[in-house]
Amino acid sequence: MGRYIIRRLLQAIPQLLIISVILFVLMQASGDPVATLGGRTPPRSEDKERLRREWGLDQPIMVQYVYWLVGNDWVMVDSDGDGVSDRYGQRRGVLRGDFGNSLVTRQPAMDVVVERIPNTLTLMITAEVLIIVFSLFIGVYSALRQYSVMDNVLTAVSFITFSMPIFWIALGLMYIFAVRFKAWGLPHLPTVGMYDPIEGKTLSQVVWHLILPAMSIALIDIARYSRYIRSNMLEVINSDYIRTARAKGLRERAVLFVHAFKNAALPLVTIIGMDLPFLLAGAVVTERIFAWPGMGRLFLDHLTRTDFPVLMALLMLISVAVVVFQLLTDLVYTWLDPRIRYA
Amino acid sequence: MTLDATSQPVQLAEETYPPRSLLQLTVRRFRRHRMAMVGLAILLAIVLYIGIGSLVFSEAYANYNDTSIRLQPPSAQHPFGTDTVGRDILARTVYGGQISLIIGLFAVLVEVTLGTLIGAVSGYYGGMVDSLLMRFTEALMSIPSLLLLLVMAKFLSGKIPDIMLFGRTFSGSVVVIILIIGLTGWTYLARIVRSSFLSLKESDFVLAARALGIPDRRIIFSHILPNTMASVIVAATLGVATAILSEAYISFLGLGVRPPTATWGSMLDGAYDYLEQAPWLWFYPGLLIILTVMSINFVGDGLRDALDPRSEYKV
Repeated sequence: MGRYIIRRLLQAIPQLLIISVILFVLMQASGDPVATLGGRTPPRSEDKERLRREWGLDQPIMVQYVYWLVGNDWVMVDSDGDGVSDRYGQRRGVLRGDFGNSLVTRQPAMDVVVERIPNTLTLMITAEVLIIVFSLFIGVYSALRQYSVMDNVLTAVSFITFSMPIFWIALGLMYIFAVRFKAWGLPHLPTVGMYDPIEGKTLSQVVWHLILPAMSIALIDIARYSRYIRSNMLEVINSDYIRTARAKGLRERAVLFVHAFKNAALPLVTIIGMDLPFLLAGAVVTERIFAWPGMGRLFLDHLTRTDFPVLMALLMLISVAVVVFQLLTDLVYTWLDPRIRYA
Repeated sequence: MTLDATSQPVQLAEETYPPRSLLQLTVRRFRRHRMAMVGLAILLAIVLYIGIGSLVFSEAYANYNDTSIRLQPPSAQHPFGTDTVGRDILARTVYGGQISLIIGLFAVLVEVTLGTLIGAVSGYYGGMVDSLLMRFTEALMSIPSLLLLLVMAKFLSGKIPDIMLFGRTFSGSVVVIILIIGLTGWTYLARIVRSSFLSLKESDFVLAARALGIPDRRIIFSHILPNTMASVIVAATLGVATAILSEAYISFLGLGVRPPTATWGSMLDGAYDYLEQAPWLWFYPGLLIILTVMSINFVGDGLRDALDPRSEYKV
């Protein structure tokens, strides 16, 4: 087991390096951050030159990548543009935890990203809980009442929901629960931000503001997962050990919820583990619509301003999360299902 | 179905039907798939809607703005209402549909070309080539696709000039969207093709082809590849739905096709600013996206059951 984990971790290193090369090349080639700097009062051209030198943008892309990865405090750089390398660089590189400073706010890039993590996690964990609770309930119910009217309705609804873009769901929910409810004089849900600025950031405010965005994110996956659980549950119910459990006289409830449910829900661990980090990124659209101050909105804001360090920090953080979750999922699954051995 | 001593031995069919070809069998299985036929019907209706609509409205009309009639609710003259600068939404959904479907189809064409090529080479040659290509594929798969698409959109935006085709001008940004969806979306196809190649290359007909001295290129493309087409067709069909959704997301976030060219996604860009005044802004284009994606998914499921009856269900 220990050797397996170590081998998987070692495999993750080249994978992350390849990811970082792909992203770095795309980023650097996608625009000149200095060109859009300053807004209405663009900097003088000699200042632009100085900034390019300071940020290392005058170097070839290979060199820029190496500096990004391991820093440039071990080489002499030309700081005043006279063609003579005169002092050591100041960057320590990603491998030593330095993602550079944001080109927009001048704060360390990682700090800018980390600051947003709690907000995104609040949204994501709420959505994930909704997904698991609802999809288990719907999936098991549909399987136990296969081909009933309710099952057919749920099937149809899930097919439609599954084909919806998140922004359409979000706009629809907003329209019904905020606009229409307001028009009908019912209590309506807020659609913007995390809390009412007048009320302040209290728990009840955050929960109240969380409902719509979390539901928007959750609905598609509820549709997808509940189909998955339904088919798993059906497969399990028709298997031999369930017949055995019934034959030995167990109560139906014990058969269904102890023997069948546990096995039907197991594979869910895999898809949740695989999807979780992607959910982190999938919030881009939802966070934009609901003005939720999380990582997705940070990504969009800084993408339009070509803020490489922050974008790279954010993307690498998510990529690491993806790789780690892949490993965790495999481990948890082998632990839960003893039939599977480490390959 | 238990064994029963009294049951009659199975009567073998004595009818003299001619043996059915693979294609006939496939078509028959597909036609029996109720959901797939519903999907096909909706899809045809949407294509007709776009086709007839293009004859009724000119593209100039779809892009014609008259701010004196902005944000008008649906009426006899503008059945779907007008948008923020007074363009007719019905006409725009027609032309937006053209672009959205074109993007979906061509993006998948790019995906299939890349995915099959990389999967085939990787699976056939194995070893170092395979391991390099697959590490690259896995790396690409570990980056959340929407973020990768947005980064690519920024990378390629404005780099491709407008092109003339069929007497119409296509915004260069349409080509950009096709490229970015194609360049990021081929990974799943590469994996499918690779795994088919891994098993097929061990089979006897490949051994025979090798023994005859047929060059690798012909073994790959004319001997093995046709055998993987069933799963590629299914995956590609479902890929069209994903591509249309991806385009909608990118355009919704304002990084997609540039105005005045409409797509179903870009028509929704900014619609949430007018949520209260003008729900028709987002309702109709979104409805068309959902109908299209859903019907393509149905057709894809039907194709899977028809072409590839043994394959397992994959979301």
